[in-house]
Amino acid sequence: MTELGELRRIAIVPAWNEGATVAGVVAELRAFDPGMVVVVVDDGSEDDTAAVAASAGAVVLRLPFNLGIGGAVQTGFRYAHEHGYDVAVRIDGDGQHDAAWLEAVLAPVLRGEADVAVGSRFLAAGGYRSSRSRRAGIRILARVVSRLAGRRVTDPTSGFQALNRRGIELFARDYPHDYPEVEATVIVARNRLRSVEVPVAMRERGGGRSSITALSSIYYMVKVLLALFVGLFRAVDHFHEEAGA
Amino acid sequence: MTPLIVSILGAVASFSLVIAVLELIRRRRLRERYALLWLATGLVLTALSAWRDGLNTIAGWVGVRGYPPAVLFAVAILFILAVLLHYATAVSRLGDQNMLLAQRVALLEQELRAAQPDATTRELST
Repeated sequence: MTELGELRRIAIVPAWNEGATVAGVVAELRAFDPGMVVVVVDDGSEDDTAAVAASAGAVVLRLPFNLGIGGAVQTGFRYAHEHGYDVAVRIDGDGQHDAAWLEAVLAPVLRGEADVAVGSRFLAAGGYRSSRSRRAGIRILARVVSRLAGRRVTDPTSGFQALNRRGIELFARDYPHDYPEVEATVIVARNRLRSVEVPVAMRERGGGRSSITALSSIYYMVKVLLALFVGLFRAVDHFHEEAGA
Repeated sequence: MTPLIVSILGAVASFSLVIAVLELIRRRRLRERYALLWLATGLVLTALSAWRDGLNTIAGWVGVRGYPPAVLFAVAILFILAVLLHYATAVSRLGDQNMLLAQRVALLEQELRAAQPDATTRELST
C-alpha cells in the first residue's frame, strides 16, 4: 500500500453559494491531511464563497459564471491533471461529505485496487435518511447503472470520490455535464477503469439546498435515464480531447 | 396545375429570402457557413415557384395530384427543419466552447493570482 504522504494529493471541492459551509469543509480537509492541496471551484457564486474559501487556505478556481456541478468539478480535475497530482479526492462544498470517511474512500486507490473509489451511503446500515421517493429513485437508477457498468453500484449519485492519476486524467478529458455522478460511473466502466464503492455515512446538508428535491424525483429520474442511454450511443468526445491537449 | 398567382407570390417571397440572406452576408451580419442552408432554401423554393411545369412534374412523381403547391410546402418545411437542426448543433457547440472557455478563464485567473500574491484578496472579495 502506498502511503498518502508520498503522493502529491489534492482535494477538489465544487461550491456554488456555499459561503456558510465551505470554510468548514476546507478546515476539515486540512485537518485530515495538512499536505493535501485543497482546491475550491467557485461555480459563479453570488455570495462570498471564493473569499471565504481563500482565507480558509484553499486554492480558489473562480468560474466567471455558473456552469453547473459537472463543469465545476471538471475544472478541478483539469487543474489536478495539469499540475500533475497523483491522487485526488472530490468532496462537496455543502458539508454533506464527512472528511472522517476520506481515509476509507482513499484506501482502495492507495492499495492500487481501484482507479476510482466512490463513497456509498447505501452499503452501510442506517447511514442515510431521505424521502422514500428519492430512495426509490436512487434504487432504480442503481439497478440501471449496475447493468451498464457491469458491476454492482448502490449509490450512483454519490459525488464523494477518490481517484488516482488514471481517474484524474479521464475526468479532466471527459466529464459529463448533465447528471455528472451517474453518467461518470458509466464512463469509468466504458473506459475500462477499475472502480469500487466504499461504505460511508453522509451528513444532512449543512446549508443550501440539494439540486434534487423530493417532488422532482421522478422527473429527475426520467431525465437521467434518458441522458444515460444517449451517453451509450455517444462517440468518444474528440472535441474535449483536442481542447484539453 | 398550380394557380399563376401562387407561383408569382411564391417566387417573389422566395427570391426576397435569397436577397435578404445575401445582404446579411454582405453586411457581415451572417456568417457564410450558417448562410449556406438559407441560400439553398431560398434558391430551391424560388426555382420550384417560378418553374411551373417543373413543380407539376415533381408533384406527379411523388403522387401529389390535387394541388401541386403542396410539394412547395413540403420542401419548405424540410429545409426549415434542416436549418433548425443546424442551429441546434451550432448552439450545442457554442455551449461546449463556452464551458471550456469559462474553465480556462478560472484556471488562468488562478495562475495569475498565484503569480501576483498582492492581488489575491482584492480580486476575490469583489
